Amino acid sequence: MSAAAETIRPDAAPVVHDAVLRLAGPRALTLDSGQALAQLAIAYNTYGELNAAKSNAILICHALSLDQHAASVNPLTGKPGWWELMVGPGKPFDTSRFFVICANVVGGCMGTTGPRDVDPATGKSYGLTFPVITIRDMVRAQALLVDHLGIAELLCVAGGSMGGMQVLEWMASYPERVISAIPIATAAKHSAQNIAFHEVGRQAIMADPDWRGGDYLEHGVFPSKGLAVARMAAHITYLSEAALQRKFGRELQDRQQVSYAFDADFQVESYLRHQGRSFVERFDANSYLYITRAMDYFDLAADHGGQLARAFARLKARVCVASFTSDWLFPTTESKRIVHALNAAAANVSFVEFDTDKGHDAFLLDLPEMEGIFGGFVNAAAAHRGLKAT
Amino acid sequence: MTALRLDLGIIAGMVADGSRVLDVGCGDGALLKHLAESKGVDARGIELSQAGVNACVAHGLSVVQGDADRDLADYPDKAFDYVILGQTIQATRNPRQVLEQMARIGRRGIVSTPNFAHWRMRLQLLSGGRMPVTHALPHAWHDTPNIHMCSLRDFAELSRELGLTIERTVALRGAKARDVRPFSTAANILAEQAIFLLAAK
Repeated sequence: MSAAAETIRPDAAPVVHDAVLRLAGPRALTLDSGQALAQLAIAYNTYGELNAAKSNAILICHALSLDQHAASVNPLTGKPGWWELMVGPGKPFDTSRFFVICANVVGGCMGTTGPRDVDPATGKSYGLTFPVITIRDMVRAQALLVDHLGIAELLCVAGGSMGGMQVLEWMASYPERVISAIPIATAAKHSAQNIAFHEVGRQAIMADPDWRGGDYLEHGVFPSKGLAVARMAAHITYLSEAALQRKFGRELQDRQQVSYAFDADFQVESYLRHQGRSFVERFDANSYLYITRAMDYFDLAADHGGQLARAFARLKARVCVASFTSDWLFPTTESKRIVHALNAAAANVSFVEFDTDKGHDAFLLDLPEMEGIFGGFVNAAAAHRGLKAT
Repeated sequence: MTALRLDLGIIAGMVADGSRVLDVGCGDGALLKHLAESKGVDARGIELSQAGVNACVAHGLSVVQGDADRDLADYPDKAFDYVILGQTIQATRNPRQVLEQMARIGRRGIVSTPNFAHWRMRLQLLSGGRMPVTHALPHAWHDTPNIHMCSLRDFAELSRELGLTIERTVALRGAKARDVRPFSTAANILAEQAIFLLAAK
């Protein structure tokens, strides 16, 4: 170990730079729908230092319900960053070597422009007048941020779930800017089953009388019940049957026998209700509608003449595709489709499947094997790029 | 660096510097690592075992979890200068198809295979009447991954049938390696394993 590495405590949180990029202009962000945003705010965090050659930047893309606080305390919840296991000094995305960027997606509710913000044209909150956005729109906004930071090429673009969709979109839309990529627990298109689950969530929100056709902010109310139900339904899909069984089984919550009523008798009910309640404190209901829609619309092959391999035709990046055995929301078969297409495009691809019963959310959890593999992959990309190992 | 296994060293010697290589059944990636580090090869791998894949990727190698029988079909024609099947072909379900895929996606193929016609095999079968178990092939008949065994001559014959040109045949006997003719009767008795360098049409 080098002297520099020894001075870093392995548990030290990286120094965060928390900022907002504001862009304005008639087409500050052109959208796939044909519409445009005249004002665009992009809230982002960076960790570590950009080197003089600007060759050590890593972009982390977040999932549906997450945000830019990947490796630092979330100011809204007071909870640790969602990927502190992976991002920090001495971690796989080593902030003592790399400059790590994470930005809130367009349509989000943590500082990047979304339906909760004020429409400059009307002076009122967008609500449902916010244009429908796509994964490619999110990535286009990220590219503007990367431009703003003066970075031509990203050493790595990584993310899980919807973050993985963004990684794939980066590979397809900006192949010349991506040195390596890690799409995790994701798919090149949203399946019918996934769209179905999202529709249940959206209908739950819209069925809440406090949703008010999307204008709840104007009325000083919030569709908490609907959004909570949406979150509860979605949360089930993030876990495996085995994990639910192991965690809760049929155990009762604070009681010896069932109540013959509709209280949360079972621990699993109590757990889900808690998930719903805490979610509504940090997430905007309309953002949930827009972001789930963006995922539903994602179909990378369709954007390239129906052939996924063509999406990767110009790709030079090294790619590490990763999936989890018990993930039934984005199953291994979906990752294998991506791998097959990358092979057909003669791309430099690695594929790993992690054996875990923790379901889709496993990419956020402590899996030492994952850390070793992503760390090794990023180090190899860095070495290939001529970055010295510390 | 630890010394490369004898057969892997010979295979590495057949690979030109700076070429593109796919190692099918790359195990823990020892050959790939050697090729990448000492020959500047663009090295890729396919490996069936998850543990093997994970070890490879953690060491910065480009390896996918996959199956020679199924996954070679995904690669485009002539994507590689060399496709290597190191002690892999005898464990595939359909060796003929795997070799056809090898010839399609690679300009050259390098195949190493145990020789089932080695004299020790012949002797054990003849004298004991049991399936042979040797140092080179240590599995019992019921738990062996090697489901399609062949002799040197069998392999040479299939290569000819598939229209592959055998450019080199190296016979391995203990720690000794020597170039032989592919249909050599002596090598078919004395070699424990052989390595074939094949050119695809």
